[in-house]
Amino acid sequence: MSAKAKKILVVSSHAPYGKSTARESLDAVLAASAYEQDLQLLFVGDGVFQLLKQQDTSATGAKNLAATLPVLPLYDINDIYVHQQSLDQRQLTAADLVLEVKCLDSRQVAALMDRQEIILSF
Amino acid sequence: MIFSLAIYGAPYSSQASDSAYRFATAALAGGHSIYRLFFYADGVHNATRLAAPPQDENNLPRAWRQLIEAHAIDSVVCIASALRRGIINGEEAERYGCDADNLAGGFEISGLGQLLDAAVRCDRLITFGD
Repeated sequence: MSAKAKKILVVSSHAPYGKSTARESLDAVLAASAYEQDLQLLFVGDGVFQLLKQQDTSATGAKNLAATLPVLPLYDINDIYVHQQSLDQRQLTAADLVLEVKCLDSRQVAALMDRQEIILSF
Repeated sequence: MIFSLAIYGAPYSSQASDSAYRFATAALAGGHSIYRLFFYADGVHNATRLAAPPQDENNLPRAWRQLIEAHAIDSVVCIASALRRGIINGEEAERYGCDADNLAGGFEISGLGQLLDAAVRCDRLITFGD
């Protein structure tokens, strides 16, 4: 691994359940945190549903993502962004989410992506 | 340019794997190099050596094997994704008491760190599938 930390953005755009993409994106984020890169996380589209409080998966056999997401700050992942318009379209607000996030409008999302060296898309 | 490819789609289920294969072929033909193929999530199904599609269809797992062998491409299957989906090599089969293994030659089973390593070391990481 190179000495200089690279700016990496993980973009997560899938709903938490129904397919494994959301969980596997979180696995990738947690793995990436071990490599001392400049890691940031963006939730867009249905990906914002991953952050909802009070998820209950007991009837589905799926792992509860809302139980795992709050560990992100413990892994030194503090730059967590949410696309405001994606929240608005789903009638959600930052108060509905399990994590402290920074809300960005579409223009700010574009600027965030523009600042990255690597984008991992899920 | 040095590329790495992350492949999330199973063969035949989505276009992702086929597009990735075509991209890899075109990149190599264009004089570029591929640092690593990383098969993640359902993409691990590309690494089975037991696929037997109808003869009038592309045999994508075989095509991947041939490409990987011809160009000695480092090809990694995510261990967490693979073990969940029954893609397993001899060593892991023994560890978990499985009665067979099915990982094709040319692929190795390793961790997500290999995806990060690929992302950091190559010029471009291209994702196929969602």
